[in-house]
Amino acid sequence: MSIQTVDYAVLAPVLVLALGALVVLVTDLFGRPGSSRPGWVAGIVVLVAGIAVPQTLDGRTLCVADDGCAYVVDSTAWAFQLIVVSATFVVVLLSASTVADDHLPSGEYYFLLLGSAAAAVAVPSTRDLVSLLVVLEVVSLPTFALVAMKRGDRRAGEAALKLFLYSVVSVAVALYGVALVYGSTGSVTLIGIAAAVADPDVRTPVLAAGLVMVLAVVLFKIAAFPFNAWAPDTYQGAPVPVAAYLSVVSKLAGFAGLVLLASTFAAWPAAWAGVLAVSSAVTMIGANVAALRQVRAVRLLAWSSVAQAGYVLVPLAALVDDGRPQVGVLTATVAYLAIYAAMNLGAFSVVAVVARQHSDPTLADFDGLARRSPWLGVSMAVFLAALAGLPPGLSGLFAKVGVLAVPTGTGAWWLAGTMAVATVIGLAYYLPWAARLFRRTPGEERREPAGPEPVPIGLGAATAVALLVTVVLSVAPGLAFGLIDG
Amino acid sequence: MTGSWWLPALLCLPLAGSLVLLVAGRRADRWALPFGVAVTGLGLLLSLLMLARFDSGDSSVVQLGFVAPWIAQLDLTLRLGVDGLSLPLVVLTSLLCFLCALYSLRNLPEPGRPRAYVGLFLLLQVGLLGAFASLDLLLFFVFFEVVLAPMWFLIDTWGSGEKRSAANVFILYTVLGSVVMLLGFLLVWASTGTTDMVLLAGQRGEQMSGGVQLAAALLIGVGLAVKTPVWPLHTWLPDAHTAAPTAGSVLLAGVMLKMGTYGLVRIVLPQLPEGARVLAPYLAALGVVGIVYGAWASFAQHDLKRLIAFSSVGHMGFVVLGIATLTAVGVNGAMFGNIAHGLITGLLFFVAGSVKLRYGTLDLRTMPRSLYARAPRLGFVLGFAAVASLGLPGLAGFWGEFLPMLGAFHPGVPERALYRVLLVVAATGTVFAAAYFLRVLRRVAQGPDTDDRVRDVTGLEAASWLPLVFLVVLLGVLPTLLLGLTGPTVESILSGVGEVVTVVAP
Repeated sequence: MSIQTVDYAVLAPVLVLALGALVVLVTDLFGRPGSSRPGWVAGIVVLVAGIAVPQTLDGRTLCVADDGCAYVVDSTAWAFQLIVVSATFVVVLLSASTVADDHLPSGEYYFLLLGSAAAAVAVPSTRDLVSLLVVLEVVSLPTFALVAMKRGDRRAGEAALKLFLYSVVSVAVALYGVALVYGSTGSVTLIGIAAAVADPDVRTPVLAAGLVMVLAVVLFKIAAFPFNAWAPDTYQGAPVPVAAYLSVVSKLAGFAGLVLLASTFAAWPAAWAGVLAVSSAVTMIGANVAALRQVRAVRLLAWSSVAQAGYVLVPLAALVDDGRPQVGVLTATVAYLAIYAAMNLGAFSVVAVVARQHSDPTLADFDGLARRSPWLGVSMAVFLAALAGLPPGLSGLFAKVGVLAVPTGTGAWWLAGTMAVATVIGLAYYLPWAARLFRRTPGEERREPAGPEPVPIGLGAATAVALLVTVVLSVAPGLAFGLIDG
Repeated sequence: MTGSWWLPALLCLPLAGSLVLLVAGRRADRWALPFGVAVTGLGLLLSLLMLARFDSGDSSVVQLGFVAPWIAQLDLTLRLGVDGLSLPLVVLTSLLCFLCALYSLRNLPEPGRPRAYVGLFLLLQVGLLGAFASLDLLLFFVFFEVVLAPMWFLIDTWGSGEKRSAANVFILYTVLGSVVMLLGFLLVWASTGTTDMVLLAGQRGEQMSGGVQLAAALLIGVGLAVKTPVWPLHTWLPDAHTAAPTAGSVLLAGVMLKMGTYGLVRIVLPQLPEGARVLAPYLAALGVVGIVYGAWASFAQHDLKRLIAFSSVGHMGFVVLGIATLTAVGVNGAMFGNIAHGLITGLLFFVAGSVKLRYGTLDLRTMPRSLYARAPRLGFVLGFAAVASLGLPGLAGFWGEFLPMLGAFHPGVPERALYRVLLVVAATGTVFAAAYFLRVLRRVAQGPDTDDRVRDVTGLEAASWLPLVFLVVLLGVLPTLLLGLTGPTVESILSGVGEVVTVVAP
């Protein structure tokens, strides 16, 4: 048993991001304080990482003869890596003005961001439970510091602490779960576990309990019930770009892990699909109802992203009943995530613009945005419509149709019905927010309307990229649905 | 990507128009209204040319078809085409959109903003036309949804009274309906492996068990019933119609409601025949309750627009009854009623809007009386629309009520006795309808002679109303013009579900 040669091309995106993180730190060391250079370097690093995402599928490395490879890039992993790197790029664009305005230490900021992203890229390629858990934890560790980075803000500390405590508890539970799974199957590699699960004798309650405990760490990452309570406070306390990162990239890492676990235990959905179904249903209804009451924009988006995670869970959870869905489970999941990444980052970008004038903006701060800054307002309307799943946000609508087609195909009707009700509740907060954008602000008749929102180049670029992707995926949703084959 | 380019062009025209307005910026406020007239006028011209090209001898076959793949993984295909069922509705939509644009030239409601107003209207037109031209279940759903956001904005921004809550109730209610409908479509898809309406109609539901058909018909039927609206799912309608701006009410009542009844005939009857047979008696009963309820509720209204809205519930009840008879006469009558109601209620909402402009109120208790004396022509149009609406023989409204009742006399389902009872109850509904509209006329128009004048019908108003008046008379005198188009399609639809009774050309 010996480790074979390392294929650096397959590992390239992770290595580029990890080494790039160090380069950013060094750049900051030699630059002036407050220089924007670390931001530029970070942007270039992410772009290079994007180019480095392997073009050829089915790359594998760190292989051990008997037990398969520790790092594999298959079609699913490739799709996740592409979305993660693209989303990280938008987050870097988003960050520039926040780092400058809030006087955040830019070197540390981008170092932590890229470090976390490097791990997020690695998640879908891991092939054993220990690496999976470690890499997921590396995604989280830098975010504790990122959330707490607004110095002198009491809420930032509280936000980081909540995130930290939830993370630690979920990892502790998951570690215990790994032990149970190992004890039951005699393996920690996904290949080994999958082979063991094929034997019905291995499917004991202990193994099921172990798997459900491992799922805890994933549910924490995607902020689904019962590990969702940290999200609103943490998002609100964190700098806006960090909240955007947590709601998209960190979630993507969680879903990548979930997909790995589900594929490993695909022969035995009874062990996990029911848990996911309950989590999904409670998340969708609970988060949408909670979002109805929010008046703070970031807090509302936090609940909204919890609810969206509930939708993404639906295809996997729908395997509680057996039947042949018309849309592939992974196809629907990945397509939703790709579309979600674009529309949610877009919404956060516009919130970040408004947050420069009003810290922690309320919905009322968006009144008449489309009249002051037409493009910003129209973009926000498109993002909100897409999140709600209503045309003109067609990409969001198709994402929801794809997801909904799975439970109706497998016969999980109660889950499909729950999601249908949840989307209608969602409309009740997305739409009024969209309406505010076009409303006359009080007193506008008397005095000159307020001037357009100043849009720094980074925020403008982030909004434009998100809008472009959302619109392209509305016209040609096949791009998202064709990300993985099968 | 194959087929004729008529329908894609018809859909792209208003879409392109609204995009132009979006990009044009604030300068466009000056020319947005005439631009809207030009775009919708061109759309009307295209629809009329399509009508001319349409081979009416072969109207049960889909013509002017267009197919292009869209999302392979969702099996979603841009499958467009028209037959005798959808073409009249496509023309009606184009006509009413054009007349609304024309009417709005001078009568733009507060708070102005013509660019957004026209842009939203054009977007609305895309959704309406697309729904009638779709031959794919998922595509139909997509266009069904496209309509919602523009209409919501129109009510929320340009409406009057309790517009915010009316707009919100409207969209939440109808989205709940359309999501339920989507579940039904997905069930059909999962059971048959296709969403092609023509293919599904050809299969006559043979791929699905009776239980699946019933479940799908129930889900889809509930979704469509919200739109139609079928009592007791109508509660969103009165507020939305009352609060909407004039042109919005015209399109809501004139076209949007028809998406529901059209869907029942296009999707439920041919594709889920067993489900339709089971549900038909219940649907008929609900339709008749709607007729009576609409009539009684109209009687109790003091607001003219609200009264017209409730009368719509009654009229759509006749359409629903016609569909639920599962006979050629009844379904043809229903399709006729769709068009007739679109023309007549469109006209009524136009007139109501103009009366409000002059009096500033539509409250029947406080409104000045003697419209005949104050503005004779306006009074005449109101009177004409009212008697057309109550079903006077010789005008289009008559056939929309008479044919469904004729169908109910010999229904295509075993429950004959039930249908006879329903028929009698429905007939009393026509009497009430006469009563409340005559009450309106007496209250509004026939007061004592007076020297107080208000501005009579303007040239623009006349231009936007005369086509409707003309068509109401034409279709009243020559119903075969329309029945000849719908007849063959209806027969081919019913061949799987009920007994075929050839249309007796009246």
